[in-house]
Amino acid sequence: MSEEATADEIIVCQDVCKWFGDFQALKNCSLRVQAQEVVVIIGPSGSGKSTFIRCINRLEEHQAGDIIVDGIPLTRDVRNIEQIRSETGMVFQQFNLFPHLTVLENITLAPIQVRKMRKDEAQDTAMSLLNRVGIPEQADKYPGQLSGGQQQRVAIARSLAMSPKIMLFDEPTSALDPEMIKEVLDVMQELAETGMTMLVVTHEMGFAREVADRIVFMDGGEIMEVGTPEHFFTNAQHDRTKLFLSQIL
Amino acid sequence: MTSAADANSDRSVLPITERYTLIGWVRRNLFSDTLNSLLTLAALAFLFIVASNLLRWAFVTAEWGVIPANFNLIMRGQYPATEAWRLWLVIYLLGAVVGSSWRLLSGKFSGAARLLIAIPFVLMLIPFFSMATRLNLVITAAASAAGFFITGYLPIQRRGRTAAYLLLAYLVVMLILLQGVGAEEGPMPPVAPILWGGLLLSLLLAFFGITLSFPLGVALALGRQSKLPAIRVMSVIYIEFIRGVPLISLLFMGQVMLQLFLPDGFPLVDRVLRALVAITLFSAAYTAENVRGGLQSISRGQYEAANALGLSTYQSTIHIILPQALRAVIPVLVGQFISLFKDTTLVALVGIFDLLGIARTILANPDWLGTQQEVYAIIAVLFWIFSYSMSYASRRLEQRLGVGQR
Amino acid sequence: MQTIHASQVRPPFYRDERVLGVFSQVLVVVIVLGLGLFFFSNMISGLREKHAVAITFSFLGQTAGFDIGESLIEYSRERTYLRAFVVGLLNTFQVAVLGIVFATALGILIGVMRLSTNFLVNRIAAVYIDIFRNIPLLVLLIFWAQGVFLKLPRVADAIVLADSFYLSNRGVAIPWGIPTESWRTYLIVLGAGVIIGAALAYFLREHGKRTGRMPLVTLWFIITVAAVGLIGWIVLPQPLTLDIPSLEGFNTQGGIILSQQFLALLSGLIIYTAAFIAEVVRAGIQSVSKGQREAATALGLTPAQTLRLIIFPQALRVIIPPLTSQYLNLTKNSSLAIAIGYPDLFAVAGNTILNQTGREIEMFTMIMGTYLSLSLLTSILMNVYNRRIRLVER
Repeated sequence: MSEEATADEIIVCQDVCKWFGDFQALKNCSLRVQAQEVVVIIGPSGSGKSTFIRCINRLEEHQAGDIIVDGIPLTRDVRNIEQIRSETGMVFQQFNLFPHLTVLENITLAPIQVRKMRKDEAQDTAMSLLNRVGIPEQADKYPGQLSGGQQQRVAIARSLAMSPKIMLFDEPTSALDPEMIKEVLDVMQELAETGMTMLVVTHEMGFAREVADRIVFMDGGEIMEVGTPEHFFTNAQHDRTKLFLSQIL
Repeated sequence: MTSAADANSDRSVLPITERYTLIGWVRRNLFSDTLNSLLTLAALAFLFIVASNLLRWAFVTAEWGVIPANFNLIMRGQYPATEAWRLWLVIYLLGAVVGSSWRLLSGKFSGAARLLIAIPFVLMLIPFFSMATRLNLVITAAASAAGFFITGYLPIQRRGRTAAYLLLAYLVVMLILLQGVGAEEGPMPPVAPILWGGLLLSLLLAFFGITLSFPLGVALALGRQSKLPAIRVMSVIYIEFIRGVPLISLLFMGQVMLQLFLPDGFPLVDRVLRALVAITLFSAAYTAENVRGGLQSISRGQYEAANALGLSTYQSTIHIILPQALRAVIPVLVGQFISLFKDTTLVALVGIFDLLGIARTILANPDWLGTQQEVYAIIAVLFWIFSYSMSYASRRLEQRLGVGQR
Repeated sequence: MQTIHASQVRPPFYRDERVLGVFSQVLVVVIVLGLGLFFFSNMISGLREKHAVAITFSFLGQTAGFDIGESLIEYSRERTYLRAFVVGLLNTFQVAVLGIVFATALGILIGVMRLSTNFLVNRIAAVYIDIFRNIPLLVLLIFWAQGVFLKLPRVADAIVLADSFYLSNRGVAIPWGIPTESWRTYLIVLGAGVIIGAALAYFLREHGKRTGRMPLVTLWFIITVAAVGLIGWIVLPQPLTLDIPSLEGFNTQGGIILSQQFLALLSGLIIYTAAFIAEVVRAGIQSVSKGQREAATALGLTPAQTLRLIIFPQALRVIIPPLTSQYLNLTKNSSLAIAIGYPDLFAVAGNTILNQTGREIEMFTMIMGTYLSLSLLTSILMNVYNRRIRLVER
């Protein structure tokens, strides 16, 4: 690979390092993601997966290395941070819906406030997104009245309302009851099929095998191994990857 | 097994102490064992002594004449009698505004709403009220009911914002009504604040104190939570300074030193206004601490979600953080209002004629020498009615919101 | 095509996150300092017109020239302002300490009554709490001073209780011990008792730690000290003689007189604060979940053991912080003494000294500094305590 990003590379991370106090959470992590690619990040807990994708939209500040999102370098420049944040959507483990707003208001808030969209326009978009994730009838309810799976689908719709180029998923199914995991994964798979660039931290190996273009294995803050699902599940190179897979499968 | 079944068949009737009869209740709650019985007897003796002395004082010893004779002073101080209608108008409007914003914010005619409407009726029970006063109280109750139901028929979208505007508009209208406009001979001649007094002034000071302190308090709370050290440190210093000193010292300082801080030739600030400044600065520190509690109750995920959506710090504070934080601390703020209402009595010590100050002037009148017990008892009862009903309503609200139940 | 070295791209300063952070702080600091400076310069120029020197504390050495009704240390009008200030401070301390002790006792009593299963006892406590929490303290204090203590008969017709307590509108005369020659010896004996008690407590605690069964250490300490004190009292020739007040004409003789101002302030503060402490205690005990009690019972602990080993330590953790803030409130509230004429810190310094000298800045600095140090000291102790408890928790 060259030292320069090609036009299709929508996320470029080069030697990203991050410390929490004395603890180094990320050690020289480098990853290039093509547009429309689905990359799944796996690894034991505490391996730095979440920290890594949270650096990409600056929820955590990386202290060394470069991150470039859609050609915009992530620096201390507030304008760049704003641009990157409005181009990346994020879905959290704990949903993080706004409990004081209805489902519809949750989805329309950012388009109206950040994109300066007209209210009725935003509501139309929101309704079509709710249709897409399969819960249009819940539009006027509050998050607390929905099941976990429904809340997570609303959270996905909320991110999509900003028409992001990239979607980051931080363990989107880990807080869900088993029977609800599938409804969320289905929405994500459908999203992947539309050609969305996705970076997914998850423990769902079935999803990784079926949907991912590439799988990244992280351990101890380092990217240990990157490859296609096929490569991973049949022919993993690294011992630690093998150990992890043997424990989880 | 058979013997147990036999025993059970004998027990098909609940033992007397478990039954929901009067005797069962008495046995269970008052005489369940020896210690309990002794306690009950001691409590009864205590109650008998207190009640008999209290009743003897209230109906035999006490000379209540001082109260009706000074009734208007107690209620509104030196506010001219010819302008009293303005005060009632202010109170009607308050009823309407409270009813209306209750509909806007809560939506339901719950037990607490019923309680709020009941306040005027409870006040009617005060023996010294004239029939006209009682009529006015009924009108107030009607106004709040009307405000509640009429608002229900209005197509209002942004409920919280509407309620806030309503309150602001009320503040302005209230001030105009109280202060008056136009010439001395006009329909609403001006009445200087120094003439406002009694219960009227106590309520106004608490009301304005909490309202004016609110923006400052919220700003301080946000400042204390800020990630910028200089702003955080200054907020902490302000809050801890104010909370560390007694209110009375701030009030005295306001009276003697406020004028010193202002440039030469600045018009002399009214005594009442100086007290209000001190009360506001005092209350802001407590508001800040209460709001901070609400801010801390919001999970980090909310900030992160707002950031990830691209909302600016200002936008996420206004749309995400504050609405949740403030909603969580409404009951606490009601509590703060109640204690501020009680604390306003301290202005009597800097020569302002609030409810307590008026009581002191009445007692200084040679006609009413030696009626301290009667006058102060009535003042205490007035304060008690207001703060107890408010705290009761807020407790109901709290239970309904499920706050404080872990 | 783009270069990879994003971190080397320096954004213009007006969009730099860190620069913006620093800038907004500087802005706020400048605004606040500017405002402060504005007020301060106004104040200084105003003071210049009044005094020769704008701010000075030298007046503290001048003769006060006013009397103070009651004092814990020797004081007369010939003493300095500083001495008067200290007299006020000590009076505040006196009321605060006594108030805290009695309010805690009464508050715990009422809080426990509030949890009683006896309906009447429970209701009496609830009514007490509801009444006193909803009446302004100042109204209560003035009612107490003018409506109760001032209404007591004149000294000549004083109400006499047990031949030794004289209640009059001047105050209450109570018996008081007068030290004899053996008093000092007795104090030494008592000191020895405390040491023995502490040693025993230490031994018991260590023993308890080893066996895991902690004896009632505090109780044994108290018993030891009391026992030594009692023995000393019997052995030594009367360390104290009891001075019982008696009526002599228009005055009482002997004992000591607690002034009506002091009593009104103290009892008002106690009655008021106890209502708040009762709520704190009740909430603390109720905060220990039912599951804890059930778990302890299931383990076979007796109710007394459950209370001492399970409920009490957990409740205390909840109770201590709000209790401390009630203590602070009581201390600050004691400044209402000015309304009923008790010469506390604020009445002496903020009223009398200030009016005589016209030194507002200096006096307010001293008064607020004193209250602030009290508050800060308490919150520091509080934080230390909290940290210790949290360590225990982990």
